[in-house]
Amino acid sequence: MTYFADVAALARKDILLELRSRDTLPAMLLFVVSALVVFHFSLPSDASATASTGLLWIALLFTALLGLGRAFTAEREQRVLDGLVLAPCDRSAIWLAKSLGVLAFLGVAEALALPAYALFFEPVGWELVAAVLLANLGLAAVGTLLAAMAAASRARELLLPLLFLPLVIPVVVGGVGATVVDNPGRYLGFLALYDLIFAILSWASFEYVVAE
Amino acid sequence: MIQARGVGRRFASKRVIRDLDFEVRAGELLLVTGPNGSGKSTLLALMAGLLAPTEGEIEVDLPRGRIGYLAHEALVYKELTALENLELYGRLYHVAERRETTGALLERFGLWEVRHQRVGSFSRGMQQRLALCRVLLHDPELLLLDEPYSGLDASARSLVDDVLAEAAGAKTLVVASHEPEHVRPLATQALALA
Repeated sequence: MTYFADVAALARKDILLELRSRDTLPAMLLFVVSALVVFHFSLPSDASATASTGLLWIALLFTALLGLGRAFTAEREQRVLDGLVLAPCDRSAIWLAKSLGVLAFLGVAEALALPAYALFFEPVGWELVAAVLLANLGLAAVGTLLAAMAAASRARELLLPLLFLPLVIPVVVGGVGATVVDNPGRYLGFLALYDLIFAILSWASFEYVVAE
Repeated sequence: MIQARGVGRRFASKRVIRDLDFEVRAGELLLVTGPNGSGKSTLLALMAGLLAPTEGEIEVDLPRGRIGYLAHEALVYKELTALENLELYGRLYHVAERRETTGALLERFGLWEVRHQRVGSFSRGMQQRLALCRVLLHDPELLLLDEPYSGLDASARSLVDDVLAEAAGAKTLVVASHEPEHVRPLATQALALA
Protein backbone atom coordinates (compact mmCIF):
# COMPACT_ATOMS: atom_id res chain seq x y z
CA MET A 1 0.00 0.00 0.00
CA THR A 2 2.93 2.32 0.70
CA TYR A 3 4.01 1.93 -2.91
CA PHE A 4 0.67 3.15 -4.23
CA ALA A 5 0.58 5.96 -1.67
CA ASP A 6 3.96 7.10 -3.04
CA VAL A 7 2.65 6.86 -6.60
CA ALA A 8 -0.45 8.85 -5.65
CA ALA A 9 1.62 11.58 -3.96
CA LEU A 10 3.92 11.89 -6.98
CA ALA A 11 1.09 11.81 -9.53
CA ARG A 12 -0.86 14.43 -7.59
CA LYS A 13 2.25 16.60 -7.60
CA ASP A 14 2.55 16.28 -11.40
CA ILE A 15 -1.07 17.26 -11.96
CA LEU A 16 -0.69 20.20 -9.55
CA LEU A 17 2.48 21.36 -11.32
CA GLU A 18 0.68 21.30 -14.67
CA LEU A 19 -2.33 23.17 -13.28
CA ARG A 20 0.04 25.84 -11.97
CA SER A 21 2.51 26.16 -14.84
CA ARG A 22 0.26 25.18 -17.79
CA ASP A 23 3.42 24.23 -19.65
CA THR A 24 2.38 21.01 -21.31
CA LEU A 25 -1.34 20.48 -21.83
CA PRO A 26 -2.16 23.74 -23.70
CA ALA A 27 0.75 23.05 -26.05
CA MET A 28 -0.47 19.50 -26.69
CA LEU A 29 -4.04 20.67 -27.33
CA LEU A 30 -2.97 23.43 -29.71
CA PHE A 31 -0.60 21.14 -31.54
CA VAL A 32 -3.03 18.28 -32.12
CA VAL A 33 -5.80 20.56 -33.38
CA SER A 34 -3.38 22.54 -35.58
CA ALA A 35 -1.98 19.34 -37.05
CA LEU A 36 -5.44 18.01 -37.88
CA VAL A 37 -6.41 21.33 -39.50
CA VAL A 38 -3.23 21.29 -41.63
CA PHE A 39 -3.83 17.65 -42.59
CA HIS A 40 -7.43 18.48 -43.52
CA PHE A 41 -6.28 21.06 -46.05
CA SER A 42 -3.31 19.08 -47.32
CA LEU A 43 -5.16 15.81 -47.97
CA PRO A 44 -6.99 15.55 -51.34
CA SER A 45 -10.77 15.51 -51.00
CA ASP A 46 -10.97 12.03 -52.54
CA ALA A 47 -8.35 10.58 -50.19
CA SER A 48 -9.15 7.24 -48.57
CA ALA A 49 -10.16 6.69 -44.95
CA THR A 50 -6.91 4.77 -44.47
CA ALA A 51 -4.88 7.86 -45.35
CA SER A 52 -6.77 10.07 -42.90
CA THR A 53 -6.45 7.43 -40.17
CA GLY A 54 -2.70 7.33 -40.74
CA LEU A 55 -2.51 11.09 -40.40
CA LEU A 56 -4.53 10.98 -37.16
CA TRP A 57 -2.03 8.53 -35.67
CA ILE A 58 0.88 10.70 -36.76
CA ALA A 59 -0.77 13.69 -35.06
CA LEU A 60 -1.34 11.67 -31.86
CA LEU A 61 2.22 10.35 -31.86
CA PHE A 62 3.78 13.79 -32.17
CA THR A 63 1.38 15.21 -29.58
CA ALA A 64 2.58 12.53 -27.19
CA LEU A 65 6.17 13.38 -28.08
CA LEU A 66 5.51 17.04 -27.30
CA GLY A 67 4.15 16.14 -23.86
CA LEU A 68 6.96 13.70 -23.15
CA GLY A 69 9.58 16.29 -24.04
CA ARG A 70 8.30 18.38 -21.15
CA ALA A 71 7.55 15.54 -18.74
CA PHE A 72 10.75 15.92 -16.72
CA THR A 73 11.29 19.68 -17.13
CA ALA A 74 10.35 20.44 -13.51
CA GLU A 75 12.62 17.66 -12.24
CA ARG A 76 15.52 18.87 -14.38
CA GLU A 77 15.28 22.36 -12.93
CA GLN A 78 16.84 22.51 -9.47
CA ARG A 79 17.88 18.83 -9.92
CA VAL A 80 14.70 17.69 -8.15
CA LEU A 81 15.09 14.22 -9.65
CA ASP A 82 18.12 13.76 -7.37
CA GLY A 83 15.89 14.52 -4.40
CA LEU A 84 13.28 12.00 -5.54
CA VAL A 85 15.89 9.34 -6.29
CA LEU A 86 17.36 9.68 -2.78
CA ALA A 87 13.97 9.10 -1.13
CA PRO A 88 13.44 5.59 0.26
CA CYS A 89 10.45 4.92 -1.98
CA ASP A 90 10.72 2.41 -4.82
CA ARG A 91 12.12 4.32 -7.78
CA SER A 92 9.66 2.71 -10.16
CA ALA A 93 6.97 4.72 -8.31
CA ILE A 94 8.46 7.83 -9.95
CA TRP A 95 8.01 6.22 -13.38
CA LEU A 96 4.49 4.99 -12.66
CA ALA A 97 3.34 8.38 -11.33
CA LYS A 98 4.87 10.24 -14.26
CA SER A 99 3.31 7.74 -16.71
CA LEU A 100 -0.10 8.32 -15.14
CA GLY A 101 0.38 12.06 -15.61
CA VAL A 102 1.37 11.59 -19.26
CA LEU A 103 -1.62 9.26 -19.71
CA ALA A 104 -3.98 11.89 -18.29
CA PHE A 105 -2.60 14.63 -20.56
CA LEU A 106 -2.82 12.35 -23.60
CA GLY A 107 -6.40 11.49 -22.69
CA VAL A 108 -7.36 15.16 -22.50
CA ALA A 109 -5.62 15.90 -25.83
CA GLU A 110 -7.46 13.02 -27.49
CA ALA A 111 -10.79 14.12 -26.03
CA LEU A 112 -10.31 17.17 -28.25
CA ALA A 113 -8.55 15.43 -31.14
CA LEU A 114 -11.11 12.71 -31.83
CA PRO A 115 -14.10 15.08 -32.22
CA ALA A 116 -11.90 17.31 -34.40
CA TYR A 117 -10.98 14.24 -36.49
CA ALA A 118 -14.67 13.39 -36.83
CA LEU A 119 -15.36 16.95 -37.93
CA PHE A 120 -12.59 17.15 -40.53
CA PHE A 121 -12.32 13.54 -41.76
CA GLU A 122 -14.30 10.44 -40.81
CA PRO A 123 -16.74 9.41 -38.08
CA VAL A 124 -15.05 7.94 -35.01
CA GLY A 125 -15.96 4.31 -34.39
CA TRP A 126 -15.59 2.24 -31.23
CA GLU A 127 -12.56 0.45 -32.68
CA LEU A 128 -10.68 3.76 -33.07
CA VAL A 129 -11.50 4.77 -29.49
CA ALA A 130 -10.40 1.34 -28.20
CA ALA A 131 -7.18 1.50 -30.22
CA VAL A 132 -6.39 5.01 -28.96
CA LEU A 133 -7.00 4.01 -25.33
CA LEU A 134 -4.76 0.96 -25.65
CA ALA A 135 -2.11 2.91 -27.54
CA ASN A 136 -2.03 5.53 -24.79
CA LEU A 137 -0.86 2.96 -22.26
CA GLY A 138 2.08 1.92 -24.40
CA LEU A 139 2.99 5.48 -25.40
CA ALA A 140 2.96 6.64 -21.78
CA ALA A 141 4.91 3.63 -20.49
CA VAL A 142 7.69 3.65 -23.09
CA GLY A 143 7.71 7.41 -23.50
CA THR A 144 8.13 8.16 -19.81
CA LEU A 145 11.10 5.82 -19.53
CA LEU A 146 12.75 7.36 -22.60
CA ALA A 147 11.93 10.89 -21.44
CA ALA A 148 13.76 10.18 -18.17
CA MET A 149 16.75 8.87 -20.12
CA ALA A 150 16.74 11.87 -22.43
CA ALA A 151 16.31 14.35 -19.56
CA ALA A 152 19.76 13.43 -18.27
CA SER A 153 21.32 14.19 -21.65
CA ARG A 154 22.34 17.52 -23.12
CA ALA A 155 20.94 16.49 -26.50
CA ARG A 156 17.54 15.61 -25.02
CA GLU A 157 15.49 17.36 -27.75
CA LEU A 158 17.19 15.14 -30.32
CA LEU A 159 17.56 12.00 -28.24
CA LEU A 160 13.92 11.58 -27.23
CA PRO A 161 12.44 11.42 -30.75
CA LEU A 162 15.35 9.26 -31.94
CA LEU A 163 14.61 6.70 -29.23
CA PHE A 164 10.84 7.08 -29.04
CA LEU A 165 9.69 7.02 -32.66
CA PRO A 166 11.27 3.68 -33.67
CA LEU A 167 10.02 2.02 -30.49
CA VAL A 168 6.41 3.10 -31.03
CA ILE A 169 6.13 1.97 -34.68
CA PRO A 170 4.22 -1.12 -33.43
CA VAL A 171 1.70 1.24 -31.80
CA VAL A 172 1.07 2.95 -35.15
CA VAL A 173 0.80 -0.42 -36.93
CA GLY A 174 -1.66 -1.68 -34.31
CA GLY A 175 -3.61 1.56 -34.15
CA VAL A 176 -4.03 2.00 -37.91
CA GLY A 177 -4.66 -1.73 -38.36
CA ALA A 178 -7.41 -1.81 -35.72
CA THR A 179 -9.12 1.16 -37.37
CA VAL A 180 -9.15 0.06 -41.02
CA VAL A 181 -9.79 -3.70 -40.95
CA ASP A 182 -13.20 -5.33 -40.57
CA ASN A 183 -12.17 -7.45 -37.60
CA PRO A 184 -9.98 -5.27 -35.32
CA GLY A 185 -9.66 -7.84 -32.51
CA ARG A 186 -6.25 -9.10 -33.65
CA TYR A 187 -4.77 -5.58 -33.76
CA LEU A 188 -6.30 -4.57 -30.44
CA GLY A 189 -4.83 -7.73 -28.90
CA PHE A 190 -1.48 -6.80 -30.44
CA LEU A 191 -1.69 -3.34 -28.83
CA ALA A 192 -2.60 -4.86 -25.46
CA LEU A 193 0.37 -7.25 -25.70
CA TYR A 194 2.68 -4.35 -26.59
CA ASP A 195 1.38 -2.41 -23.56
CA LEU A 196 1.93 -5.34 -21.23
CA ILE A 197 5.46 -6.12 -22.39
CA PHE A 198 6.68 -2.54 -22.50
CA ALA A 199 5.00 -1.52 -19.25
CA ILE A 200 6.76 -4.38 -17.44
CA LEU A 201 10.10 -3.59 -19.14
CA SER A 202 9.83 0.12 -18.36
CA TRP A 203 8.72 -0.47 -14.77
CA ALA A 204 11.61 -2.85 -14.13
CA SER A 205 14.30 -0.81 -15.85
CA PHE A 206 13.51 2.68 -14.54
CA GLU A 207 15.70 2.11 -11.49
CA TYR A 208 18.73 1.72 -13.77
CA VAL A 209 17.83 4.77 -15.84
CA VAL A 210 17.85 7.16 -12.88
CA ALA A 211 20.73 5.56 -10.96
CA GLU A 212 24.20 6.05 -12.33
CA MET B 1 29.74 4.39 8.58
CA ILE B 2 31.52 5.65 5.44
CA GLN B 3 34.57 3.92 3.99
CA ALA B 4 36.36 5.16 0.89
CA ARG B 5 39.16 3.12 -0.66
CA GLY B 6 41.11 4.54 -3.58
CA VAL B 7 38.08 6.54 -4.74
CA GLY B 8 38.41 8.44 -7.99
CA ARG B 9 35.93 10.06 -10.28
CA ARG B 10 36.26 11.18 -13.87
CA PHE B 11 33.85 13.14 -16.04
CA ALA B 12 34.80 12.20 -19.61
CA SER B 13 38.54 12.84 -19.70
CA LYS B 14 38.58 15.19 -16.71
CA ARG B 15 39.55 13.60 -13.41
CA VAL B 16 37.87 15.48 -10.56
CA ILE B 17 38.79 13.23 -7.64
CA ARG B 18 41.73 10.85 -7.40
CA ASP B 19 42.81 8.13 -5.01
CA LEU B 20 40.94 9.15 -1.86
CA ASP B 21 41.08 6.97 1.25
CA PHE B 22 39.20 7.85 4.40
CA GLU B 23 36.83 6.48 6.99
CA VAL B 24 34.08 8.31 8.85
CA ARG B 25 32.69 6.53 11.90
CA ALA B 26 29.25 7.08 13.43
CA GLY B 27 29.03 10.39 15.29
CA GLU B 28 32.04 11.95 13.55
CA LEU B 29 32.11 15.16 11.55
CA LEU B 30 34.26 15.21 8.43
CA LEU B 31 35.04 18.67 7.11
CA VAL B 32 35.84 18.72 3.39
CA THR B 33 37.62 21.81 2.17
CA GLY B 34 39.15 22.92 -1.09
CA PRO B 35 38.89 25.57 -3.80
CA ASN B 36 36.11 25.67 -6.40
CA GLY B 37 36.36 22.72 -8.75
CA SER B 38 38.37 20.59 -6.35
CA GLY B 39 35.65 17.92 -6.19
CA LYS B 40 33.88 18.68 -2.88
CA SER B 41 30.40 18.46 -4.38
CA THR B 42 31.34 15.38 -6.40
CA LEU B 43 32.58 13.66 -3.25
CA LEU B 44 29.30 14.34 -1.45
CA ALA B 45 27.29 13.13 -4.46
CA LEU B 46 29.38 9.94 -4.39
CA MET B 47 28.57 9.46 -0.70
CA ALA B 48 24.87 10.11 -1.36
CA GLY B 49 24.90 7.45 -4.08
CA LEU B 50 23.95 9.90 -6.83
CA LEU B 51 27.23 9.25 -8.61
CA ALA B 52 29.29 6.08 -8.81
CA PRO B 53 33.08 6.21 -8.48
CA THR B 54 35.04 5.48 -11.65
CA GLU B 55 37.92 4.12 -9.54
CA GLY B 56 38.00 2.49 -6.13
CA GLU B 57 34.93 2.05 -3.98
CA ILE B 58 32.91 3.96 -1.44
CA GLU B 59 30.66 2.25 1.08
CA VAL B 60 27.98 3.97 3.12
CA ASP B 61 26.59 1.67 5.77
CA LEU B 62 23.04 3.12 5.76
CA PRO B 63 19.91 2.80 3.62
CA ARG B 64 19.34 5.86 1.44
CA GLY B 65 16.28 6.89 3.46
CA ARG B 66 18.53 7.58 6.46
CA ILE B 67 20.70 10.08 4.57
CA GLY B 68 20.03 13.81 4.39
CA TYR B 69 21.69 15.46 1.39
CA LEU B 70 22.00 19.21 0.95
CA ALA B 71 23.08 20.05 -2.59
CA HIS B 72 23.92 23.34 -4.29
CA GLU B 73 20.35 23.38 -5.61
CA ALA B 74 17.44 23.14 -3.18
CA LEU B 75 16.01 19.99 -4.89
CA VAL B 76 12.49 21.39 -4.56
CA TYR B 77 9.82 22.29 -7.12
CA LYS B 78 9.62 26.01 -7.90
CA GLU B 79 5.94 25.82 -8.84
CA LEU B 80 4.97 24.27 -5.51
CA THR B 81 4.76 26.13 -2.22
CA ALA B 82 7.24 25.54 0.60
CA LEU B 83 4.60 23.54 2.49
CA GLU B 84 3.67 21.44 -0.55
CA ASN B 85 7.31 20.58 -1.20
CA LEU B 86 7.87 19.46 2.38
CA GLU B 87 4.56 17.55 2.40
CA LEU B 88 5.69 15.68 -0.72
CA TYR B 89 9.10 14.80 0.73
CA GLY B 90 7.46 13.91 4.05
CA ARG B 91 5.23 11.40 2.28
CA LEU B 92 8.07 9.92 0.23
CA TYR B 93 10.28 9.58 3.33
CA HIS B 94 7.31 8.18 5.28
CA VAL B 95 7.75 10.71 8.09
CA ALA B 96 5.48 9.61 10.94
CA GLU B 97 4.24 12.96 12.29
CA ARG B 98 4.57 14.78 9.02
CA ARG B 99 2.48 17.86 9.68
CA GLU B 100 3.93 18.56 13.10
CA THR B 101 7.51 18.03 11.91
CA THR B 102 6.99 20.14 8.80
CA GLY B 103 5.41 22.95 10.80
CA ALA B 104 8.16 22.91 13.42
CA LEU B 105 10.91 23.07 10.77
CA LEU B 106 9.22 25.88 8.83
CA GLU B 107 8.85 27.80 12.08
CA ARG B 108 12.45 27.19 13.10
CA PHE B 109 13.87 28.29 9.75
CA GLY B 110 11.65 31.40 9.55
CA LEU B 111 9.51 30.18 6.66
CA TRP B 112 6.17 29.65 8.43
CA GLU B 113 4.75 32.98 7.26
CA VAL B 114 5.62 32.23 3.63
CA ARG B 115 4.70 28.53 3.68
CA HIS B 116 1.91 29.05 1.12
CA GLN B 117 4.11 30.97 -1.30
CA ARG B 118 5.61 29.29 -4.34
CA VAL B 119 9.31 28.52 -4.04
CA GLY B 120 9.94 30.29 -7.36
CA SER B 121 9.30 33.60 -5.59
CA PHE B 122 11.85 32.82 -2.84
CA SER B 123 15.26 34.47 -2.58
CA ARG B 124 18.39 32.28 -2.70
CA GLY B 125 18.64 32.41 1.08
CA MET B 126 15.00 31.36 1.58
CA GLN B 127 15.49 28.47 -0.83
CA GLN B 128 18.56 27.38 1.12
CA ARG B 129 16.57 27.49 4.36
CA LEU B 130 13.84 25.40 2.74
CA ALA B 131 16.50 22.97 1.52
CA LEU B 132 17.71 22.62 5.11
CA CYS B 133 14.13 21.88 6.21
CA ARG B 134 13.95 19.19 3.52
CA VAL B 135 17.23 17.66 4.66
CA LEU B 136 16.21 17.52 8.33
CA LEU B 137 12.59 16.47 7.75
CA HIS B 138 13.15 12.71 8.12
CA ASP B 139 15.65 13.01 10.98
CA PRO B 140 18.51 11.41 9.03
CA GLU B 141 21.43 9.63 10.70
CA LEU B 142 23.92 10.87 8.13
CA LEU B 143 23.97 14.50 6.99
CA LEU B 144 25.82 15.39 3.80
CA LEU B 145 25.92 19.16 3.61
CA ASP B 146 27.35 20.87 0.57
CA GLU B 147 28.08 24.53 1.33
CA PRO B 148 25.35 24.84 4.00
CA TYR B 149 26.06 28.57 4.54
CA SER B 150 25.66 29.45 0.89
CA GLY B 151 23.30 32.38 0.29
CA LEU B 152 22.36 32.77 3.94
CA ASP B 153 22.26 35.99 5.94
CA ALA B 154 23.72 36.32 9.44
CA SER B 155 20.64 35.10 11.31
CA ALA B 156 20.22 32.07 9.06
CA ARG B 157 23.94 31.31 9.40
CA SER B 158 23.55 31.15 13.14
CA LEU B 159 20.64 28.72 12.58
CA VAL B 160 22.97 26.46 10.62
CA ASP B 161 25.55 26.80 13.42
CA ASP B 162 22.84 25.60 15.84
CA VAL B 163 21.88 22.68 13.60
CA LEU B 164 25.52 21.59 13.31
CA ALA B 165 26.12 21.98 17.05
CA GLU B 166 23.04 19.86 17.82
CA ALA B 167 23.91 17.21 15.28
CA ALA B 168 27.63 16.97 16.15
CA GLY B 169 28.17 13.78 18.10
CA ALA B 170 24.55 12.64 17.74
CA LYS B 171 24.65 12.22 13.96
CA THR B 172 27.35 11.58 11.41
CA LEU B 173 28.15 14.65 9.36
CA VAL B 174 30.10 15.42 6.24
CA VAL B 175 30.28 19.14 5.53
CA ALA B 176 31.86 20.57 2.40
CA SER B 177 32.65 24.24 2.66
CA HIS B 178 35.07 26.80 1.30
CA GLU B 179 34.53 28.90 4.43
CA PRO B 180 35.36 26.25 7.04
CA GLU B 181 35.88 28.52 10.05
CA HIS B 182 32.27 27.90 11.24
CA VAL B 183 32.61 24.12 11.10
CA ARG B 184 36.24 23.53 12.10
CA PRO B 185 35.64 23.67 15.89
CA LEU B 186 33.15 20.78 15.59
CA ALA B 187 35.08 18.69 13.06
CA THR B 188 36.64 15.43 14.18
CA GLN B 189 38.62 15.13 10.95
CA ALA B 190 39.30 17.20 7.87
CA LEU B 191 39.92 16.37 4.25
CA ALA B 192 41.53 18.99 2.04
CA LEU B 193 40.99 18.51 -1.68
CA ALA B 194 43.37 20.16 -4.09
